[in-house]
Parts: sequence; structure tokens; C-alpha cells
Amino acid sequence: MSAHHDHEHGHGGHDHGSLRSYAIGFILSVILTAIPFWLVMGNAFRNSSTTAFVILGFAAVQIVVHMIYFLHMNTRAEGGWSLLALIFTIVLVAIVLVGSIWVMYHLNHNMMPGMTHAPGAAAQPAHHMP
Amino acid sequence: MPDLVLDPAIAGAVPAARAPQDDMVFHVRDHHPENGTLLGFWIYLMSDCLLFAVLFIAYAVLGRNFAGGPSGAELFDLPLVAVNTAFLLLSSITYGFAMLSSQRARLGSTLLWLGVTGLFGLAFLGLELYEFAHLIHQGAGPQRSAFLTSFFALVGTHGLHVTVGIVWLVTLLFQLNRHGLTEANQRRLMCLSMFWHFLDVIWIGVFTFVYLMGVLP
Repeated sequence: MSAHHDHEHGHGGHDHGSLRSYAIGFILSVILTAIPFWLVMGNAFRNSSTTAFVILGFAAVQIVVHMIYFLHMNTRAEGGWSLLALIFTIVLVAIVLVGSIWVMYHLNHNMMPGMTHAPGAAAQPAHHMP
Repeated sequence: MPDLVLDPAIAGAVPAARAPQDDMVFHVRDHHPENGTLLGFWIYLMSDCLLFAVLFIAYAVLGRNFAGGPSGAELFDLPLVAVNTAFLLLSSITYGFAMLSSQRARLGSTLLWLGVTGLFGLAFLGLELYEFAHLIHQGAGPQRSAFLTSFFALVGTHGLHVTVGIVWLVTLLFQLNRHGLTEANQRRLMCLSMFWHFLDVIWIGVFTFVYLMGVLP
């Protein structure tokens, strides 16, 4: 049993990567970096929010590529604990990021009338009343 | 043997039957793998990820508050950012080559590729400092607007991480030179590898969210 464990921990479930995996990762990242730069510098889309969504999509794909080919993330590393920690972090970041943007957007939205109509604010006090 | 030392403690704490006791000894041995360092370091990186998430959020919230000052579209020089991104990407692949050399126990080429990685890292830092100096010279320093404060905080923290990575890399060059590719040095190489590639992942977020989206009208 001890031999079996030593064998397992010798590799530690870690995929150290090969020349092939580094090369694939590098080529994919170059492509995934070049396209967003080209989209923005060449004004490929007329609509900026379309461009924003597309380049965010490319960034997300590139992050996954880096995780797999450079950081050698897989379901077996450290018995799955690395992946679990990663998922936990992604969930936390998503909650905090989306939550903050949502709250701050609404905060700005609710502050705007009072701030933009500052001179006339006193004249329209009933504006905020339900 | 750690389980022999732990045996009485477990027996004292849990006066249970023999079977669960054996089970616990098994777990104690099972959950202390030789490379627990790597999992620990990974968890540090995840906490670092949260730190960057907070800075990204600050930028997301404040990034359009120009206070009458210059906007990203007026300040950012995309070709410069593209070159910087290329430096960081190249440093990632050269670090990969260093790892491959170290697995084949080739000390010379490990040192060489690590050195090349360090040079790319320095080139990245140099360009970033040039950009910062240029911005501050133009009067677009961190005090100018909330947008610039959050920009300098986010990009500066990333740059600080790269600086620490380079210091670590140089330290590792000396350690490798003196002790060779020992098990401890292999572990250090692996940790720095995770740190270095992690910084590249963060940079993907920075160039997309800050620079590319910053110049969109």
C-alpha cells in the first residue's frame, strides 16, 4: 500500500505538461490575444457594446486555455482540491463582481436625478415621493 | 513515522473502536502528500485572485469617472500594450521551456530559459514604468481622477507582482546555480511557475477590461 501511495504522490496527480501542450497553449493564446486587439484597433464592429462582449468572451476563453495548458489545471491535481478551490474562488468573484456592478449602477441611477437637476431639485421635491 | 506519534493522541482523543482509529491513521498519512506545498501555494494564488477581483471591481465602478480629465481613449497607447502583452506571453512560454528542461534534469538550459523569462519580465516592467511615467508627465497621475486612481491601483498591483516574481526568479537562479535541481528547488520552480502563469492570467483581464474596453467609445 505504501508503495502504491508513494507512486501516486511521486506524480502528485500533477500534469507537468509537455512541449506539445505548451506549444498548443502558446499558439492558442497568441490567436486569442491578437483577435481582440485587432477587433478594437480596426474598429471591426460599429457598436462598442458588441465589441465589449466579444472581447470579454475571448478573454474568458483565453483564461481557460492558460489554466489548462500553462497552469495544468485538471480534475485530478491534488485529488481535485485545486479545482475545488478554483471553483470556490470563481463563485466568490462572480458574486462580488456582479453584485458590486449591479449595486453601484443602481446607486448611480438613483442619485442622478438629484445631482443633475440640482438647481431645480427644490422645485420638484415630489419627484422622489412614491 | 508520523502515524506512530499520532497514534496515542488519536487514541486519547477518540476512545473508539479499533476500526475508525486505523481509518484516521490512514487519513493522516493520506492527506500529507509530499507536494502539499503546491496545493497551499495554489490556495494563496486563489486569495490573490480575490485581491485582484476587488481592484477590478473598483475599476469597473470608477472607470468612467473622469472628473473632467482625460479618458482611456485619449491616454492608452494600444500598440504599446500589445507589445507588453507579447512580452508577458513570451515569458510564459519560456518559463514552460525552463520547466521542461528541469524535468529532464538539464540544469544549464533550465537556467538559460529562466534567464530569458526574467528578461521578458524586465522588458514588460520597463515598458509599464515608461507608460506610467508618460501618463504622470502628462498630468494624468493617480490623483487626477477616480478613473486614474483605480487604473494605477490595478495595473500597479499587477506590476508589483511581476516585480516580486522577478526578484523570486533571480533568487531561484542563484539557488539553482548553487544546489542544482534538487527536490526542494524543483518544488520552488513549480511554485514560481504557477505564480508566473497566474500573473499572465491576470494580465488577460487587465488588457481586455482596462485597455481594450477603455478605448471603446
